[in-house]
Amino acid sequence: MKEKLKIFTNGIFKENPVLILLLGCCSVLAISVTVSGALGMGLALTFVLVCSNVVISLLRKIIPDKVRIPCFIVVIATFVTLVQMIVEAFLPDLNNALGVFLPLIVVNCIVLGRAEMFASKHGVVDSFLDGLGMGLGYTFVIVGIAVIRELIGNGTIFDQRIIPEGYQIGIISQTPGGFMMFGFAMALLIYCLNKKGKKFEPRIGCDGKCGSCTANCESRITDLPGQDETVEVK
Amino acid sequence: MSKLTVSVSPHIRSSRTTQNIMLDVIIAMLPVVIASGFLFGPRAILLTVISSAVCVLLEYCWEKLMKKPLTVQDLSAVVTGMLVAMNVPVSTPVWMLIVGDIAAIILVKQLFGGLGCNFVNPALVGRLVMMFSFPSAMTTFTGSAGIVDATTSATPLSAPGTLVWDQFTTLLLGKHGGAIGETCALAILIGGIYLIVRKVIKPIIPLCFIGSCCLFTFLFGGENPIMQIFAGGLLCGAFFMATDYVTSPITNSGKVIFGVFIGFLTAVIRVFGSYPEGVTFAILFGNVLVPYINDLTLTRPLGGLFPGKEKKEAAK
Repeated sequence: MKEKLKIFTNGIFKENPVLILLLGCCSVLAISVTVSGALGMGLALTFVLVCSNVVISLLRKIIPDKVRIPCFIVVIATFVTLVQMIVEAFLPDLNNALGVFLPLIVVNCIVLGRAEMFASKHGVVDSFLDGLGMGLGYTFVIVGIAVIRELIGNGTIFDQRIIPEGYQIGIISQTPGGFMMFGFAMALLIYCLNKKGKKFEPRIGCDGKCGSCTANCESRITDLPGQDETVEVK
Repeated sequence: MSKLTVSVSPHIRSSRTTQNIMLDVIIAMLPVVIASGFLFGPRAILLTVISSAVCVLLEYCWEKLMKKPLTVQDLSAVVTGMLVAMNVPVSTPVWMLIVGDIAAIILVKQLFGGLGCNFVNPALVGRLVMMFSFPSAMTTFTGSAGIVDATTSATPLSAPGTLVWDQFTTLLLGKHGGAIGETCALAILIGGIYLIVRKVIKPIIPLCFIGSCCLFTFLFGGENPIMQIFAGGLLCGAFFMATDYVTSPITNSGKVIFGVFIGFLTAVIRVFGSYPEGVTFAILFGNVLVPYINDLTLTRPLGGLFPGKEKKEAAK
């Protein structure tokens, strides 16, 4: 049980997809201008991530290794199309706010990255938890950045005016402000993860070849067939 | 013999410290501050004082908070504060100025490690943050109070027209709209010459910067060089901002490249860009390139080879 919980919380803190793995930054920078847009984007991505992780995990023994990326993309694109149609039909405002970034979830690095790095190597339950954790990690970050950017840059939250007109600092909701807040959020997370006397070392996602890897990491996989063969280069 | 100490070079010491260099810069800026008092009224001087005080306070608080050695006494924060204030119109509300100070001291200077580690000029980023955040407040220039009637006007650069020679004195004395510290060309020149005489700055960067800006604006748009020099922030930028030790190249040849390059960029932005003024962007962009310029223009050691050629020689 504890291990399952760890898979879930990994995505939120230690392996936060945006702030530690640095995946999917483009949509974070672009969408985090308004809280409502950020929340919609986060939930849409979480849905796609959970569904694609589960399906890819189910199909992982059937998908041939050589064409796995196209197969992942087909699965992901299916769910993105679903989400897009739902949002277009029921939440037209959100659809306008997200614009091109909604269909672009298809090529979002987080979704493809988790499919390649996690779902294609782990069971269904683990993949579900990983997708949920990663998706929520993304949602927390994008919403957190959006709250600050909308509050300082536009003086509102959920379109409710909090800071009186004329006292907002516009640059925070513009592109430079996005980069600044992104950097601050990253610094804050790493500051929180630093334990006393022990510095947190971010583990950037590996290629999963645990057999030829010398690092002694937590998610080391030992029972994968064919991983221990080293390819001789002539 | 026991008093003979062995130490590594450099052995030549000078009495110059960061503190007295910064003091010289402050003295050089005083004519500009006084002139702004005459041109825009006491509020201009008040803004300068407030901005400096806020910068010093921010630096003090940050260093206390982060448990770093205090560097407030080196006066660099005072200089930054004065420069931020010089870059704003006299009608700027104080809280906007404080936002600019925060951007300058915390964002650019302290987060990157304090004096000597800032990768661009702090005061210019302060100005840029204010310009993007409060576009209308930052471009509403109130004409000179006291000498002329206070009227709202654009900088001469955004409404060029033909320059009559009578206008030359107007530009020289700064009796036109603009930011607090950029209008009075005479005061800036006095300050600049003081810095050069005191050997705080070398004249290379200002001369190359102003020269190339004139040349290229003339080539691109046939602009009047006098107008280009004296209107807008070129002089102020050339003497007080582009020459910042931390963010300008070390070698003389590097300084030439740097000066000509930012002059060229300023000209491009002034003639083709949508902003009337390009000095801020040009200097900041130049600042970012400084490490590369330094690498390109490394000084050759006496009798040595240029760095990089050593490998080729060794290969032979």
